[in-house]
Amino acid sequence: MIFNILKPNKKNIQTYLAIGVSLLIIGFIDIFSNTFLNFNITGFFPNIISYLSPLILGAFGLYFIRIEYSGNKTLNTINRNLNSSNFNAILSLIVIFILIKYVPSILNWVFFDANFLGSTKEDCTGDGACWVFVRVWFNRFMYGMYPDAEQWRINYSFLVLLGSIGSIFILPHRFKKYIILFLLFIFPIIALNLISGGVFGLKWIETGAWGGLSLTFIVSAFALIFCFPIGVFLALGRRSDLPAIKYSSIGFIELWRGVPLITVLFMSAVMFPMFLPDGTYMDKLMRVIIAITLFEAAYMAEVVRGGLQALPRGQYDAAKSLGMGYWRMHFLIIMPQALKLVIPGIANTFLALVKDTPLIFVVGLLELAGMIGLAKTNPKWLGMATEGYVFAAFVFWIICFSMSRYSQNLEKKLSTER
Amino acid sequence: MNLKFFSIDLKNKKRLIPQVLTLLSIVLAISYFAFNAQVNMNNRGIAFGFGFLTQEASFDIGFSLIDYDGSHSYARAFLVGLLNTLLVSVIGIFFATLIGVTVGIGRLSSNFLVAKFSEVYVEVFRNIPLLLQLFFWYFAALRALPLPEQAINFYDISYLTVKGWYVPKFIWTNFSIFIYSILAAIVAITFVSKHAKKQREEFGKHIPSFYIGIVLLFTFPALSFFIGGVTLDFEIPVLKQMSTTIFNFRGGVSIIPELMALAMALSMYTATFIAENVRAGILGIGKGQKEAAASIGLTNTQILKLVVLPQALRIIIPPTTNQYLNLTKNSSLAAAIAYPDIVLVFAGTALMQTGRAIEIVSITMGTYLLISLSISSFMNWYNQSVAIKEK
Repeated sequence: MIFNILKPNKKNIQTYLAIGVSLLIIGFIDIFSNTFLNFNITGFFPNIISYLSPLILGAFGLYFIRIEYSGNKTLNTINRNLNSSNFNAILSLIVIFILIKYVPSILNWVFFDANFLGSTKEDCTGDGACWVFVRVWFNRFMYGMYPDAEQWRINYSFLVLLGSIGSIFILPHRFKKYIILFLLFIFPIIALNLISGGVFGLKWIETGAWGGLSLTFIVSAFALIFCFPIGVFLALGRRSDLPAIKYSSIGFIELWRGVPLITVLFMSAVMFPMFLPDGTYMDKLMRVIIAITLFEAAYMAEVVRGGLQALPRGQYDAAKSLGMGYWRMHFLIIMPQALKLVIPGIANTFLALVKDTPLIFVVGLLELAGMIGLAKTNPKWLGMATEGYVFAAFVFWIICFSMSRYSQNLEKKLSTER
Repeated sequence: MNLKFFSIDLKNKKRLIPQVLTLLSIVLAISYFAFNAQVNMNNRGIAFGFGFLTQEASFDIGFSLIDYDGSHSYARAFLVGLLNTLLVSVIGIFFATLIGVTVGIGRLSSNFLVAKFSEVYVEVFRNIPLLLQLFFWYFAALRALPLPEQAINFYDISYLTVKGWYVPKFIWTNFSIFIYSILAAIVAITFVSKHAKKQREEFGKHIPSFYIGIVLLFTFPALSFFIGGVTLDFEIPVLKQMSTTIFNFRGGVSIIPELMALAMALSMYTATFIAENVRAGILGIGKGQKEAAASIGLTNTQILKLVVLPQALRIIIPPTTNQYLNLTKNSSLAAAIAYPDIVLVFAGTALMQTGRAIEIVSITMGTYLLISLSISSFMNWYNQSVAIKEK
C-alpha cells in the first residue's frame, strides 16, 4: 500500500522532515500571498483545489513530519500537541489559517488604521475604527446625563466603595466584620444621598439624569446587596417543613424564574403603577432596582438551595444535638458550609445580574449600552455603532471576566477538601 | 364550650404562627394591590376584562408565519408574536446545541490550538452581555452587508443582503404524505433498533442497526416521491428593479436581518454555557469507566456509545435544559431590535394601543411561565426516566 511505503519513520527522518517542512512552507506561503498580497500562487489549479491548496499542502506536510519517537524534543512536542492524527493536523491548520486570515485585519481595524485623536467625526480619516467617537462621548458613557460639575459625587462614592473593599484585604481579620457591615448597611445610604443629592446643600439630581457605566454599577450594586439575603430566606423557606411557607416560597421562586427579565421590567414600568394608590409616585429607578432584585433573588434562592441539599444530614443532626434552635443552627452551622459549596453558583448569579443590567433600557434608563444607542443616532456621529458596541463589550468583558476569575480563586482558597 | 379546642400545645403554636402570618401578609398585599388597581381603573374608566382580544388589532406586523394583517384580532396578533418567539427559540436552540457540543468537545481536545481556540470563544462570548452581542450583530455586523444589487451570491439560489437573506421557497404538493413517510421511517428505525438490541442481548448477534436506519431514513421519503405523488419545486429569489436606483429580490423566502441577528446572538451566547456543560459531563465520567469498558473488549466507538455517552448525557441534560429555557426567555430581547416577538407585538404595540397594562402584561408573563413550566416538567420526567435505578 502506498501509505505504508510513505509511512514516515525514524530511519530516514531527514528526508521526511525536509519534504514535510517544505510542503508546510509552501502552504504557508500560499496563504500569506493570498491574504496579504492578493496573489494566488496556486491559481493555475481548478477553483476548488486552488482554494483548498494551503490545507492540502499543509496536511501532507504534517503527515510527513509525524514521526513517533523521533528523538527531537521540539518535533515531538509539535506532534503531540498539534499533529497527533490526520484529523488533528487538519484542525490545527484550519485554526492557524483562520488566525492568519482574520487576526491581522482585526488588529488593523482596532489599532493600526484607527484614529485616536481629534474631536469630530471628520478627524477620522483612516480605514480603521474611529475611537474619537468613544473619546468625545466618554464622559456621557460613564456618567449619562449627570451634570459635569457634579460628577465628583459619583467618583467619590466609587472611591469609598473601592477603598473599603480594598481595606478588607489589607486590614487585619478582626476589622473585616465592621467593614462588611459598613458596606452592607451604611454605605448604600451614604452613596444614595451623595449621588441623588437634596441633602447637606447638594444639588438634587433626578434619577432620569443618571446613566452610563455608573448606572450599571449602581443598579447592580444595589440589586446585589439586596438579592442575596432575600435569596437565602427564600431558599430556607423552600426547604421549610411548614407547608404554607414552603409552597408560597416555591410559587414565588418559580414565578420569577419562569418569566424573562424584560417582561418583569415592563411590569415594573407599566403595570406596577396601577397597583399603587392613586397619586403616589415611585421613582422609576427604584422600581427597576426592586424588579431586578426580586428576579435575581429567585435565582439566588435556587443556588443556595443546591448548597443546602448537598450538605449531609449529619450536620443538621449534630447542630440539633448541641441544642441549637432553627436560626442558630442555620446561621452558625448550615449556611457557612452551604454557601461555601455554591460559590461558583453565587458568582454566576452575580455575573448574570451584571450582564442583565443593560436591559433597563426598555424602561428608558440609559446605562452604558443605552447611552451608546443614543450617541450613535446623534446626527454628527452616524455610523459609529461598531466602535460603540465594541467599546461597551470590552468594558463589560473586563468586568465579568475579572469577576469570574476572582470567584474561581475564592473557590480554591475556601476549599477545605484535601 | 369546649376549651380543649383553644389549647394548642407549644409545638403546634410554633408551627402555626409563622404560617398564618405568611399567608395573612400575602393575602393582605394582594388585596391591597387589587383594591388600588380597581380604584385606578375606575378613575380611568376602563374595566378589567379580556374582551379586547377579539377586537380588530389594526396594526401590521413585519414578519409572520401565519396569515395576518391589520384586520385580524388582537388574539391573532398574540399568536403571531408567540409563533415568532417559538421560531427564533427553536432556531437558536438548534445552533446553540451544534456550536456548544462542538466547542465543548473542542475544549477537551488533545490539539492545543483547538483547545485554546475553544476556550477563548467561551471566555469571550460568555462574558459579554447578550444585549450588547445582539446590538453588535444587528447594528454593526449585519448593517455592513451589501445592498441587493451587490448581494453576496450563494450559487445563484440564495442571496445575502442588508435587507435580509433570500433563500429558495419550497413548494410542496402532497406534503402530508411526505410527513407520513418520515414518521413511518422513524417507526421502522425504532423497531429495527429494538430488534437489534434484543438480538445482541439474547443471542450475541450483531445487526448493523445504524446503517439500516440511515438507509430506511432515505428510502421511505424517496418512495413517497416516486409512488406517493409528492413533488417538490423551488421558487428561487430573483433580483428585480423597483425603480431606477432601487433593486430588490422577489420570490423565495426572506429571512429578515432581525431574525438572523437574534438567532446568531442567542445561539452564540447560549453555546458557551452548553459547551461548559458538555465539558463538565465528559470530565465527570471517571477514567475507570473507560478502562473497565476497554478491558472487556469494547472498541473505542462502542465505549463512547455504550459507556461514556449514556453517563455523560445524564450529567449534561439537566443544566442544558436550563440553558434552553434561558434561551427561550432571552429571545424576549427581540424587543430591542424590533423583531416582532410576543413582547414587542403584544406587550409593546398592543399595550400602547389598548392601554390594558394588567391584562396584557399578565398574559405575556403567563405565556412564558407556561412554556417554562411545561418544558421543565417534561425534562423532570425525562430525568427520572434516565436516572440511575438504585437497587
